[in-house]
Amino acid sequence: MSQDSTFKTIGVATGICLFCSLFVSVAAVKLSARQQENKQLDKIKNILQVADLADSDAPPMQIFQERIMPVLVDLATGKPVPKDQIDEKLDPNAFDVKALSGNPKYSHEIPGDQDLAGIKRQTNCMVVYLRKQGDTIDKVILPIYGKGLWSTLYGFLALEKDLETVSGITFYEHMETPGLGGEVDNPNWKSSWKGKQAFSPQGDKVIQVIKGQVNTASDAASHQIDGLSGATLTTRGVDNFIQFWLGDNGYGPFLKQLREAK
Amino acid sequence: MNEYRKALIDPIFNNNPIGLQILGICSALAVTTKLETAIVMSLSVTFVTALASLSVSVIRNHLPSSIRILGQMTIIASLVIIADQFLRAYVYDVSKQLSVFVGLIITNCIVLGRTEGFALKNPPLLSFIDGIGNGLGYSVVLLLVAAIRELFGSGKLLGFTVFRLTRDGGWYPANGLFLLAPSAFILIGLLIWALRTWKPDQMED
Repeated sequence: MSQDSTFKTIGVATGICLFCSLFVSVAAVKLSARQQENKQLDKIKNILQVADLADSDAPPMQIFQERIMPVLVDLATGKPVPKDQIDEKLDPNAFDVKALSGNPKYSHEIPGDQDLAGIKRQTNCMVVYLRKQGDTIDKVILPIYGKGLWSTLYGFLALEKDLETVSGITFYEHMETPGLGGEVDNPNWKSSWKGKQAFSPQGDKVIQVIKGQVNTASDAASHQIDGLSGATLTTRGVDNFIQFWLGDNGYGPFLKQLREAK
Repeated sequence: MNEYRKALIDPIFNNNPIGLQILGICSALAVTTKLETAIVMSLSVTFVTALASLSVSVIRNHLPSSIRILGQMTIIASLVIIADQFLRAYVYDVSKQLSVFVGLIITNCIVLGRTEGFALKNPPLLSFIDGIGNGLGYSVVLLLVAAIRELFGSGKLLGFTVFRLTRDGGWYPANGLFLLAPSAFILIGLLIWALRTWKPDQMED
């Protein structure tokens, strides 16, 4: 048979593909348990980081269990979900927002004009993390996510005890361009969030990520954050989903409950 | 035996893929801000180049010329995915820092350059050794550049402080230029200059 016959070409191509796909699938399947574990640990490390608990030498898992309390919150009412309504999928330690937001039983569609985060569907409940100091709660850590330019960014926003001031922000998963949108991981930019006003004392949402640099002399500087240069669309995405998650479709009702309880 | 030694040693200085052929510059700029990422990247590229050369060489007599490049790319892409999966499972933090650059090994000219230029014409074992040799040649440049950049950019080597930075109360003011991509360009240029001064036959007319 000739080397370049159509039959041989198709045969060799099929052979290469089958052989390669076999190796790729074996690697992906065999290693996925370890990868999941790493992802979980990475998420916990991010929670500790945004909660200012990352400097300790103790293993992350231990600090997490001692100092952080995960709470499943019903977003519509803002109240914690009663224990008897929590099934295995809603277990705060196994809560997987990506899997659940596709499941009609646990999620709903967001009306197009309200979908600032560009996520189309959201879960009815979210797990928020409370940092404990003895018996009191001194920080609230809110999971946030939404579309940037290329990808969905997943991260956490932490608020101080007063529920008005930002304590920190971090992203644990995104696929933005390294050096441009990927600068959301830049420690300097992240630290510029600390101390900014997320809500006014009246409870109005005021935080804003702007394009370009904040004019430090203006009155707005206390609640504005520099946009990332060269990453206008990622910055706009971050601003949009921060607005979404702090608004009525996000943690608005929950934060209101907390404020009233104070 | 001589042939094998030549395939292994030659690409390190005499025929360095970055130094002489100026291939694989893109990743050499991107992953060399720290020595740790450069080591992982070097290992991944060596693994991919060696196994891709071996596999292509094994099927070289059966690969129809019309789908020659496609076949090679499929093999290379699969190897890169496997390498990426391993990094995610065993060195998660580094793999996060390397982000897209592991995936971009697929388009690293060194890999396709070796399979296309060498493995298609040579027996499997020799091609495998040639792949390792070129991986090492790439690694030498990468590690040198990364060591210089990490040392002068952040005063550290492999994360351990060598020069105490002024912002931590030490004496060394960090040179931010070394953390930016252009510095790698300059360093690679200087390395090539040094290499060609040492081995004048590499100079182009």
